[in-house]
Amino acid sequence: MPVTQPVSVPAAVTTKLSVEHVSMVFERDGKSTHVLNDINLEVGDGEFVCLLGPSGCGKSTLLNAMAGFLSPTSGEIRAGGEVVRKPDPRRIFVFQERGVFPWLTVEGNIGFGLSQLSRAEREKRIAYYVKMVGLEGFEKTYPQELSGGMKQRLEVARALAVNPDMLLLDEPFGALDSITRLIMRGELLRIWEAERKTIVFVTHDIDEAVQLADRVVVMSARPATIQQIVNIDIAHPRDISSPRYLELRDGIFKQIGLAHKV
Amino acid sequence: MNSLSEPRKWERIFWPILASALLLVLWHYSVAWSGTKVFPSPREVEKGMGELLRHHVLWRDIVDSLLRVAAGFGAAVLLGVPLGLALGWYPAANQVVNPVMQILRPISPIAWIPVAIIFFGVGDRAAIFLIFLGAFFPIVVACISGVSNVPSVFRRAGRNFGLTAPQLLTKVLLPAALPQILIGLRIALGIAWLVVVAAEMIAVDSGLGYLVIDSRNSGKRYDLVVAAILMIGVIGLVLDLAFRRLEKLRSVRWGFRFES
Repeated sequence: MPVTQPVSVPAAVTTKLSVEHVSMVFERDGKSTHVLNDINLEVGDGEFVCLLGPSGCGKSTLLNAMAGFLSPTSGEIRAGGEVVRKPDPRRIFVFQERGVFPWLTVEGNIGFGLSQLSRAEREKRIAYYVKMVGLEGFEKTYPQELSGGMKQRLEVARALAVNPDMLLLDEPFGALDSITRLIMRGELLRIWEAERKTIVFVTHDIDEAVQLADRVVVMSARPATIQQIVNIDIAHPRDISSPRYLELRDGIFKQIGLAHKV
Repeated sequence: MNSLSEPRKWERIFWPILASALLLVLWHYSVAWSGTKVFPSPREVEKGMGELLRHHVLWRDIVDSLLRVAAGFGAAVLLGVPLGLALGWYPAANQVVNPVMQILRPISPIAWIPVAIIFFGVGDRAAIFLIFLGAFFPIVVACISGVSNVPSVFRRAGRNFGLTAPQLLTKVLLPAALPQILIGLRIALGIAWLVVVAAEMIAVDSGLGYLVIDSRNSGKRYDLVVAAILMIGVIGLVLDLAFRRLEKLRSVRWGFRFES
């Protein structure tokens, strides 16, 4: 069964982010490394897209370019029609849990991007997101005393608190143990369904991509190109033993060139 | 007690006291058996300490030394921290200044004594200048490396939330570098306390350093010399312990490892 989907977003959805002919070449010590090769991608408003590819393929580089931390060597990235040139609070990048500020409490971290709000408004916002990510009772706690999963939820809360249009997540659950990772996927989906932010999520975990995304963008090894975009047409909550789920996942396994045996 | 087991509470107090007591006994008998007429016994030092306290010279000397350290160290903090932060922030500027600093840094402040006297004459200002020199470089170096070691995720996160350059410095780089800066300040304070004693032996006529040299020069009172030396050690320890309490503040605790 063909699982390929045209690159463009379904017509009813407005495009939130578009990547147009983006290539990226890094120069270091006189050697140039070709990381991204002519990437074209559109992400719709409120869509959940996973960038999936082998380690070191350049998917993180693409995400950094979407955030405005890196400029493409050629091509353009547009967010809401404007060309992305620098980081912007409308597009918040979520690192692995090490992105939370260890010198601030849970409250301090969530309120970090809210200094222009009035005190009352800020406190309301903090309380709302503390509750949303389930950190009640830990408001005055420092990250050092939180578990990996809690730190990750804290970082998501800090990102959501500034009310961005888009979240860019770079292997956010990569450092967590497998049970916490499963729980965090459920949490992220719950938050996404409540807030309907556009999400671009980088992972090298095929199951993670198929469990979470509306569309999975399969990238090749370096220099990365888009091999295939797979539409995951299963409603949430997804039954990860259903035939359709297994069919889509196995299709991606084949696409990446892995035998589905250990 | 082996090295793996956690020492019990009484052991943590008992063994250090025992070691100190043994040292005192060793000192006492070394003086007695060698029959020295010059080096004082612990008992004589204790009497000398009592004499200093009774004549109220000790307190005045302690206060004078501490005031000089406060002035020299304070000036080093006020100038060194902003300079270090700026150099850490602009690596290009650091590359320009670094060679000069690397040459000046290993020079003992003691070597500057003649220069200090030319500039400031014999007096407080020369001593304070020497303390400043001793404390300044460790502070600058700690701030530079503190800022340049801030993980790039923190900088990127700060920029992502729309911080301006000055906000990035005060809200991200400074707090992220603070544990390392505190370590630098603590080292600098230790050096300042070393330098004040040396400076007071030459440039001024008060303070613990002066007390040491004056006790020797006026009548070879080695009981007072050793009493003053012990006082210098105790105050240095108290300064260090007081400073270490800063490392336990909750907003910097993450940067330090504590045994318990």
